[in-house]
Amino acid sequence: MYNPFHFIFNDRELVQSSPAGKVTLDFIRQDLHHTGTKEGCREGECGACSILLGTWSGSEKKVTYRSVNSCLLPAGSVPGKHLVTIEGLTFGSGLNLIQQAFVDQGATQCGFCTPGFIISLTRFFLESETLTVDEGLDAVSGNICRCTGYTSIRRAIESLLGRYGDALRGAENRTAALVEAGFLPSYFTEIPEKLRALYEKDSGGKNQAERNADTGREEILVAGATDLLVQRPEALLQQPLKLIDGERGMKGITVENGMCRIGAGTPMEDLRQSKELAAVIHRIGEYMKLIASSQIRQRATVGGNLVNASPIGDTTVMFLGLDAVITLEKNGKSRNVALKDFYLGYKKLDLEIGEIMKEISFDIPPEGMRFNFEKVSKRTHLDIASVNSAARIELAEGASGGGPKTIRKAVIAAGGTAAVPLFLRKTCAFLEGKKITGSVLKQAAGVMDGEISPISDVRGSEAYKRLLLRQLFFAHFLTLFPGEIRAEEVL
Amino acid sequence: MKHRTMGTDASLHVRGETRYIDDHPVPESCLHAAVFTSPVARGRITSLDTAPAMEVPGVRAVFSAEDIPGENQIGGIFPDEELLAETELKFIGQAVAVVIAENPEAARKGAGRIVLEAEELEPVLDPREAYGKGQIIGTPRIFSLGDVDSAWDSCDVIVEGRVETGGQEHLYLETQGAIALPREDGTMKIVSATQNPSHVQHLAARVLGFEMHQVEVEVPRLGGAFGGKEEQGTSWACMAALAAYRLRVPVKLVLNRREDLAWTGKRHPYSSDYKLGVKADGTFVAYEAAFYQNAGATADLSSAILERTLFHSAGSYFVPNTRVTGFSCRTNVAPNTAFRGFGGPQGMFVFESAVAEAAAVLGKEPAELQKKNLLNEGDMFPYGMKTSGCTARRCFSEAEQDFGVEEWRRKIEKFNGENDLFKKGLACMPVCFGISFTNTTLNQANSLVHVYKDGSVGVSTAAVEMGQGVKQKMVQVAADIFSLSPGEDGTYPVRIEFTNTTRNANTSPTAASTGSDLNGKATEAACIQIRDRLLHFAAGLSGVSGEPQLSLSHGAVVSGGRKTELTWKELVSRAYLERINLSAHAHYATPDIYFDKSKEKGEPFAYHVYGTAFVEATVDCLRGTYRFDAVRAVHDGGTSMNNLVDRGQSEGGIVQGLGWLTIEELLYSDAGRPLADTMNNCKVPDIYFVPDEITVKFLENSPNPFGIFNSKAVGEPPFMYGIAGYFALRAAVDAFRAGRGGGTERKKRENRKGLITTPMTPERVLTRLYD
Repeated sequence: MYNPFHFIFNDRELVQSSPAGKVTLDFIRQDLHHTGTKEGCREGECGACSILLGTWSGSEKKVTYRSVNSCLLPAGSVPGKHLVTIEGLTFGSGLNLIQQAFVDQGATQCGFCTPGFIISLTRFFLESETLTVDEGLDAVSGNICRCTGYTSIRRAIESLLGRYGDALRGAENRTAALVEAGFLPSYFTEIPEKLRALYEKDSGGKNQAERNADTGREEILVAGATDLLVQRPEALLQQPLKLIDGERGMKGITVENGMCRIGAGTPMEDLRQSKELAAVIHRIGEYMKLIASSQIRQRATVGGNLVNASPIGDTTVMFLGLDAVITLEKNGKSRNVALKDFYLGYKKLDLEIGEIMKEISFDIPPEGMRFNFEKVSKRTHLDIASVNSAARIELAEGASGGGPKTIRKAVIAAGGTAAVPLFLRKTCAFLEGKKITGSVLKQAAGVMDGEISPISDVRGSEAYKRLLLRQLFFAHFLTLFPGEIRAEEVL
Repeated sequence: MKHRTMGTDASLHVRGETRYIDDHPVPESCLHAAVFTSPVARGRITSLDTAPAMEVPGVRAVFSAEDIPGENQIGGIFPDEELLAETELKFIGQAVAVVIAENPEAARKGAGRIVLEAEELEPVLDPREAYGKGQIIGTPRIFSLGDVDSAWDSCDVIVEGRVETGGQEHLYLETQGAIALPREDGTMKIVSATQNPSHVQHLAARVLGFEMHQVEVEVPRLGGAFGGKEEQGTSWACMAALAAYRLRVPVKLVLNRREDLAWTGKRHPYSSDYKLGVKADGTFVAYEAAFYQNAGATADLSSAILERTLFHSAGSYFVPNTRVTGFSCRTNVAPNTAFRGFGGPQGMFVFESAVAEAAAVLGKEPAELQKKNLLNEGDMFPYGMKTSGCTARRCFSEAEQDFGVEEWRRKIEKFNGENDLFKKGLACMPVCFGISFTNTTLNQANSLVHVYKDGSVGVSTAAVEMGQGVKQKMVQVAADIFSLSPGEDGTYPVRIEFTNTTRNANTSPTAASTGSDLNGKATEAACIQIRDRLLHFAAGLSGVSGEPQLSLSHGAVVSGGRKTELTWKELVSRAYLERINLSAHAHYATPDIYFDKSKEKGEPFAYHVYGTAFVEATVDCLRGTYRFDAVRAVHDGGTSMNNLVDRGQSEGGIVQGLGWLTIEELLYSDAGRPLADTMNNCKVPDIYFVPDEITVKFLENSPNPFGIFNSKAVGEPPFMYGIAGYFALRAAVDAFRAGRGGGTERKKRENRKGLITTPMTPERVLTRLYD
């Protein structure tokens, strides 16, 4: 009843059909009858359903694997891909090296979360350039285990890296080296050729899962789907979809001529990994680690986060704080909107029906970017912030002759403090032309307190959010100008 | 034998081949159930219209209370819990009707169409309010020792305060569920995700109007439980069984995460008052406390949990005069239930709060008071039992020495002196935890052991594997008694069968950390029966003589210390041919324990587990965030049967304990709706939360004759090391406040005084830093 599509499932090429909006977790368990992929939450919070998705890149001539939550992956993203479940990492009756390390270290107790961890770490060994322990931990940042306390899992990662890290880092062909060492079954070496064939066969773009029946209802634009499939899974099954996660034209980060441009379809993980971006925002990798989990970041797009318009969206606040401009397009016509003017009210945007966000851009001041991002949540990672904030401060020239520096331009944004991600207009205006001193900052904090309207909810009480934003505001300046002010001047 | 593997289950887990409830192949005819639950926390049903559900395509049936053939009653300790609500609604999420459909989606859609009208009443959410209204489950309990009332006069310092401890969601990764499979003769088989198969059998029989032998319950394993499936796996199994009975087809009921979070009970929040009197030198003289337990809407296991709070109310210390009172208060939230520690952590936390306060008043380190008052051999607990084999002081001293606590403390002081915006705190937690069900009856187990004629072994017990490694320990018991040789892959020819009520009847839940002890002792006894028969038989064989000297060693019969030609396999094979019974069933009941509730005195525990943990935390005093740098513990695990398993239990317990007191916060709306109803709103530790270092050193030379193979139970006690995490945070916060010239002693005292509330979220930290 639906169009059959081609993909590779573990070691087999398959032709299968499914509605595009069906959750891949269900596709795997119900249609492909593989139960090693577990349902833990259906909201991308536990990672028990993690799978690998391998994509052939025509330009790079290689397969790139992402580990994603299959509960937040529409089946429409599977055609032409290599879909790998835990069953596809298991050979014969034995164990691969990651599996063996988990057994040896006691890193599996009840076992329910374990396939997800093995999947995430497989992606780490396939794709991490540096293969450090920190990157290994980040690889499982979206995997929750309630039994082990993670310590044994950490030991498993450390032991694998200790034993195989150097050899793998130096390997010319990582996949072949992983097969050779015993991390991966040998069929992985044949996947690139097979995926390439699928890719080339599909130059007409016919290899697609059926877009849901044309019911005449509004087409839903689906990028990473990491929030849509949590909020409106029914709608994705019933309404017509336009999947844009495969559109290469919307991905990528470029820095040139004093501007940074980011395709709206760029996955957040690419921001974390981008060397170009790190040259502009030195701590971008650190900031991005605080946002979602490895699995979510590999699917969630920057544009999706901005359009989602959550008042506490992390990258939303980050780009507000960068004074970013977005490019919207409809019927070949495009217009630019300053992000700070984009949010009109709670989940209300300056966005016409049919308009698509194509790009986010921001300028880089000649003297370099002075930018800081702060986020505090109950759990430091993979949690919604109680309050987040971003600040970009530019100084007046010629102020280096001792004494406090003068602010030429201040761009400060805060999340969790209003119905929209908030650009702190009054605070910024107050700061412009002022010197960076304790008393100025304290006055500015007072101005700021007057332009926010946080509410009490599960992320914290109103009083807490006010206090916290004040602290984060000071944190921006203490971080950016450690020589200018001291903590005791403001606290 | 030394064992250091997790057993065969681990290999299944990492290969993704383990089957949890939702993974079991079911017959094609299997239907799926979804549950319609109460939308109001308190009220009376005025009308229930299930007809709209039947209009959803795929829906086959809807069942409500009136469809129950037997008793609509699943209360365990008290008969106060209906399977499906008849008229009275007691909490949001209480089951009212079950919708059966061809797939789970249709069933859920059907449940969403049911219309319930109710006369709403004001819910009671606070345990003290419930107490004030006389909503008490069972009777108030009072444990006392010495003469508290006259002891206050001899105290130099008396501190008082109130403590609010928060709840905790189990968040077992596998949600609740069951599959009911009607059999040809109308009886029922239930595959259930429960820690307590006999209980499910008993209650499903009650609901169906069956006798127990008409219900078979099987538990292959659990994807985590932590107490959350001791009592609360039962209702889902009963609902599936009800539908399967009515429709005569298999029915599967598996909750999704949101349902599980919203409908099932948690660790009990407590509101408690304490009063502690000490001498100027820090000696504890008198302790009085009142515990108001938030039981939720029905009794569940609350009274037993409250009892354990009282048992452990003085922690690891000797207090000559104590009087502690507990009230189990009925409120309008989901019935709270068993969770690792079973009330013990709540009791201990209150005492530690009192110690911290007393230490602050005396100007001493809390650790000084903790150490001074640790239990000694022969000290009396408030319940009339004396310590025996007490290692509290050994654990504490070894921890102090091995972890260089003095030097550690100096380093922290130095750090705090050099840093304004980051402060560190160090705290310690000595644990003493009694092992046995406090309901003496439950301390029994049975084991059925078959030696098959090829020499392989099958063991059936009531121990449910949920990740705690009990299967591996049972393998070790059989392998050791039969002295089997491992195969090339290191595994023994021993299979631990799925837990099943037809093989092991009238069993106790796998709970209270007793799984390995009780089932291990029963298995040991059954194996010994068979071994002795085999050795007796071997003695009669020509060429092997002198029965008293015969033994088994590494897969062969040993005579007079010398290995004979007779291998285990051959011995078994020949014994079979000679019609020797190769099966045995044995029963074990923990000896010499009793408890007299009329006097609240007795010897309820087989033994106690001891240990001490030190925890270091760092607080970011600008942002109110924090990290745990290190947890270092010396733990008395007896003679560990399996270091890998025991270390895993310790580390897992510690992190879960830290989570309970820090980031795991359960909030409810004023209407009684749980707000932690998605994982998004219910955060548990992730890998980044984990302390940079967790060291668990097992006390050496501490055999425990009351445990299986001289070991000690390990499931629950390490959880309570997490309590030190809370006080380490407080110490760091107080260091910051002191650095800000926290004012006079009196001012500091005022700031400190009053409420201690957990969990210590970043919000509470920041608020306390700048209040």
